[in-house]
Amino acid sequence: MAAKKPSAPAMAGRTVQHATFVIERTYDAPPSLVFKAWADEEAKARWFGASGEWQLINREFDFRVGGRERLKGRWPNGRITAFDSLYQDIVTEQRIVYSYDMHIDGKRISVSLATIEFKPLGAGTGLTVTEQGVFLDGYDDAGSREQGTRALLDKLDAALRS
Amino acid sequence: MSAGQLNATFAALADPTRRAILARLANGETSVTELAEPFEMSLPAISKHLKVLERAGLIARGREAQWRPCRLAPQPLREVADWVEQYRRFWEQSLDRLGDYLRELQVPEKKHGRKKT
Repeated sequence: MAAKKPSAPAMAGRTVQHATFVIERTYDAPPSLVFKAWADEEAKARWFGASGEWQLINREFDFRVGGRERLKGRWPNGRITAFDSLYQDIVTEQRIVYSYDMHIDGKRISVSLATIEFKPLGAGTGLTVTEQGVFLDGYDDAGSREQGTRALLDKLDAALRS
Repeated sequence: MSAGQLNATFAALADPTRRAILARLANGETSVTELAEPFEMSLPAISKHLKVLERAGLIARGREAQWRPCRLAPQPLREVADWVEQYRRFWEQSLDRLGDYLRELQVPEKKHGRKKT
């Protein structure tokens, strides 16, 4: 905790929000192949952080326990996002656990733990992604909880009136 | 979210005064008296609305006996409005691309129809 900034602790907008979500997928490929898509640098670059809109500035990949994976890219609006992860646990073809944080324009907006589980399912693979995160006050700048809530209430208002 | 909870949420949101109260609370917590000001309503009438919102889990009330501040507890709304959704969407899109990539790898031995959604 060396880099703690001397920020005003009582300042409005310092918020934390915890959330967990789980996504399950089934792929018509054996766990060995699906796992390789996570473990191999070239393979992973094909699908992770490969959005057309997001222009990659930098990618680092060191797939081993204690190794890091970093991605930095620019959105069409100029905003720069950075993903910085640390592999915590790897069991070949079974699971990957990594912690990561996300930054927008240099500001940390979330810290998460991601667990990826691979299970053989017939000739295919059942993949489970569990994300447990704490979402920081960057939220207010990035999307704004207030604005989000307001926009939603406005939409509800319009929908219920029509 | 359970169907009962969803019903309570929608019932609570179906009233313009209650939506206005939520919009006001989006600016921060406040007292019942303050909340009542713009509405030309009696305090008991406002309290009644607050009870509905509280039962729906949309607001939380402080414990102080005299001054029970109200604040937004938008957990039910977050089901839709949350920025956490962006993370989920990021995952969904990435995992779609992973599926495309895996299918490419398996060409020409293309297999379909086993997809669980």
